[in-house]
Amino acid sequence: MRRVDSFGVEIAVHEWGREDAPPVLLAHGGFDFARTFEVFAPMLADAGWRVVAWDQRGHGDSGHAALYGWQADVRDMLSVLDATSAEPLPVVGHSKGAGVAMSLIHSLPRRFTRFVVVDGLPSERPQPDVAEHQRSQIVAESLAEWLDHRRRTAGAVRKPGTIDELARRRGRMNPRLSLDWLRFLVTVGARRDADGWRWKVDPTLRFGGFGPWRPQWMLASLSRFPVPLLGILGLVPEPMGPETTPDSVRPYLPPGARVEAFADTGHFVHIERPRRVADLVIEFLA
Amino acid sequence: MTISLRHSKIRLALHPLREGTGRPLLLLHALGERSPAEVPAAAAGWPGAVFALDFTGHGGSTLPAGGGYTCELLMGDADAALGHLRSATLLGRGLGAYIALLLAGARPAQVRGAILCDGAGLGGGGPEPGAEDSPLAPPAAAGPPDPFALQELSRDLRPPDYATSYAAQAARRAELEPPLAVCAAERPPWLVAVLDTPAARALSLAEALATFAGAA
Repeated sequence: MRRVDSFGVEIAVHEWGREDAPPVLLAHGGFDFARTFEVFAPMLADAGWRVVAWDQRGHGDSGHAALYGWQADVRDMLSVLDATSAEPLPVVGHSKGAGVAMSLIHSLPRRFTRFVVVDGLPSERPQPDVAEHQRSQIVAESLAEWLDHRRRTAGAVRKPGTIDELARRRGRMNPRLSLDWLRFLVTVGARRDADGWRWKVDPTLRFGGFGPWRPQWMLASLSRFPVPLLGILGLVPEPMGPETTPDSVRPYLPPGARVEAFADTGHFVHIERPRRVADLVIEFLA
Repeated sequence: MTISLRHSKIRLALHPLREGTGRPLLLLHALGERSPAEVPAAAAGWPGAVFALDFTGHGGSTLPAGGGYTCELLMGDADAALGHLRSATLLGRGLGAYIALLLAGARPAQVRGAILCDGAGLGGGGPEPGAEDSPLAPPAAAGPPDPFALQELSRDLRPPDYATSYAAQAARRAELEPPLAVCAAERPPWLVAVLDTPAARALSLAEALATFAGAA
């Protein structure tokens, strides 16, 4: 693991593959972390890629920032890109990570060659793991509840537990993933304190929220996406997924974009079907 | 004596500008500004105490590393001050006017009137995304004000229907009718839309202060 300084926030970068191989960036989703690519990324590395993934601020081994926001996540990604390669490169993004990558690719298209979006193509439904950015429906109770949470977060710590307890808790977000996999995630995504394991993710981060952003804006910008695009969808609805279908996204796709949909697969397509997703990505990036 | 308040990892500076009894007036500064040292002449007629809050990255409040500003975060700043004061009338300039609207919607029982005035950062980044640009070059200057705050909050999008949903919440639960007073001459789309709701009316600053000071 290396560390990249993003204007005072330390970003943890994890790599797989040969250092002199051509780089590809992997962007994880909200409340995930880079090492959730632990099975998928080595497959790309075996195909001749230097796979570079980073933990978003507040996630995994990256620093806990004072503030969190979409523009900051995009800027952190640029810091990782600048520290990785001056040459244009491809990106694979999952869920919120795909949205952050899409923002940066729109801003700096010449830095990128190709983009694979794994269950992160927008739909009319706000994506649950970027809800703070996208949910614009304002309900007084949820506003007050969010503000109450902000008042409580000073000095907040995550609840400790055994590996099994943390794995089962995470199972609520990842109902289709095996307990063995979730136990493995605890060992890399949590740290062991004297009183038990705690997820590393910043306790001030909270699922849900609200903000002015509209998923429709993302859909509108999709049609003028500036680099070749491969979309991969899992068709089984899940708590964390955007529930995009080939039919719902087709009217917005840029010319030449390709979409592959996986039946009997949920939001974490690259974890449920790592070999098939890796083969699609390797072929698309070749 | 400045009051130090905690909002998550941020230390906020809340300045008591004048003592008094009755409901306090809370001043929310514009983008890139800080709290005034004294009660502004235009607000001198307020009968109660007057406080002013420095937002995150501004004035005497924490300047955090690496940006990440949103208006919702600044609403949390203002809510920390509201929690300390229990109840207040808000007087916001520019960015602070937009934040006053958000907090009036979120805490309608505690915010007893919000006065929205001209100032830097009133329009934000406009009602919807524009053409893609490169917002990412690191600002060079050291703060305060935090250059990341200037960059991110001036690009913060303010769709009219997002703003009016806060106005509707402010009107639904507030005891004041209407709870929002618009003094600003500049009228970005979100403010035009808010003014078009029953929750708001256009008043001079003196009228607005008198209205909310007189309300029980």
